[in-house]
Amino acid sequence: MAGNGDGVTLLGYWASPYALRVKWALKIKEVQYEYMEEHLPDKSPMLLQYNPVHKKIPVLVHKGKPLAESLVIIEYIDEVWKHNPLLPQDPYHRAKARFWAKFADEKCVPAMFRAFSKVGEEQAQAAEELRENLKTLESALEGKQYFGGETIGFLDIAVGWIGCWARMNEEVAGVNMIDAEMIPLLSVWFQKFLELPIIKECLPPQDKLLEHTKEFHKMLMMATLT
Amino acid sequence: MAEQKVKLLGFWVSPFAYRVIWALKLKGVDFEYIEEDIFNKSPLLLQLNPIHKKVPVLIHGDRVICESYVIVQYIDETWPQCPLLPQHPYERAMARFWADFAEAKLLNIAWLGLCARGAEREKAAKLAIEAVEKIEEVVKGKKLFGGESIGYLDICLGWISYWLPVWEEVGSMQIIDPIKFPATSSWMNTLLHHPVIGDNLPARDAMIEYFKKRSKDLYELDWFKDIIRLHLHP
Repeated sequence: MAGNGDGVTLLGYWASPYALRVKWALKIKEVQYEYMEEHLPDKSPMLLQYNPVHKKIPVLVHKGKPLAESLVIIEYIDEVWKHNPLLPQDPYHRAKARFWAKFADEKCVPAMFRAFSKVGEEQAQAAEELRENLKTLESALEGKQYFGGETIGFLDIAVGWIGCWARMNEEVAGVNMIDAEMIPLLSVWFQKFLELPIIKECLPPQDKLLEHTKEFHKMLMMATLT
Repeated sequence: MAEQKVKLLGFWVSPFAYRVIWALKLKGVDFEYIEEDIFNKSPLLLQLNPIHKKVPVLIHGDRVICESYVIVQYIDETWPQCPLLPQHPYERAMARFWADFAEAKLLNIAWLGLCARGAEREKAAKLAIEAVEKIEEVVKGKKLFGGESIGYLDICLGWISYWLPVWEEVGSMQIIDPIKFPATSSWMNTLLHHPVIGDNLPARDAMIEYFKKRSKDLYELDWFKDIIRLHLHP
């Protein structure tokens, strides 16, 4: 049974960026945990028991208590394990980090999904919206190396996955998402972030992810044709 | 920093602005309220919140904070008196979880239901009721989500006690059945009788007029009808 005693268990899915960002948080905090893979789309009884509200991964179980929603989980991890802090100390910088994480999740990610799953005019509009929103996100770097400053923090791990998925999505869907001329600083940051050993070693196998992305795209295209 | 001047840009009927008003008042923080006409956005708003162009916006000294949940947490972290988020990390996480849940599954849905018609409105009411069923379980056995005193989750969900009944009336929907949801109904009542909440609410008659017109106007817009269809396809 998951989460016995003081143990930490993470229910995830190998291709999920939301599970990935929780893995990054646990890795940075050097937390030992048991990882349990959900074989989506089938949902295990454990997942349904631990996240009856949304029935989704990631779910973190700590001391037998489950938590869902990746950003909620990451803040929890930051508060329980205090070394290598993820969120900044100052309330204003914390507010900015939370604001931008929300912006990315609400404005960049849906646009990326639409650019990936639509065709024609709809796709073109979504891709343009994504590129513009990434440009806006770039302003949050404020000339720093990482969103967290000299080292990575909450916002880096909240949005860094987009760099990996967007490159894959643009290749498969045939539309430009990361425009290096438009977002020179963010492009450099995506690259640096994803090359960090602690980040890179958690990434799903890239060839497997590409296959998975191609399969998913095929499915979506067939759905639009019928 | 805490002694620096505080200003709040709001809109008289915005439940999001009221979260911030309640948080500031509970903490006893003095602030200047600036009314914004969201249908005729001021240069100040566009300068302070160029990304979303929305209220509320909190100005604290030379700091600008947007997004009501972000603002309320900022207030809680800047002024330590009368803590809003619980002390224990797990309880804090649960408060954040349920605040996000209520926003996505109840507020957004009920709002779309108000503006929708026919089968789509019925679907909204049905989904909203399902959300309240879960909220009922969370508040059962408690006076307030925060326990004995008002907390973060009470503030985030506070709109349910006053805006939702208005939307139900204007939209001819019933979402909060007091017999089906006794704990939630009792909580709504407790909240409305709290001096800080009860004394800081917009006028009900004006709200009814406003939401009657607003929901009708939004339903005329194709892009809004698309959003309704996306979320409430029966």
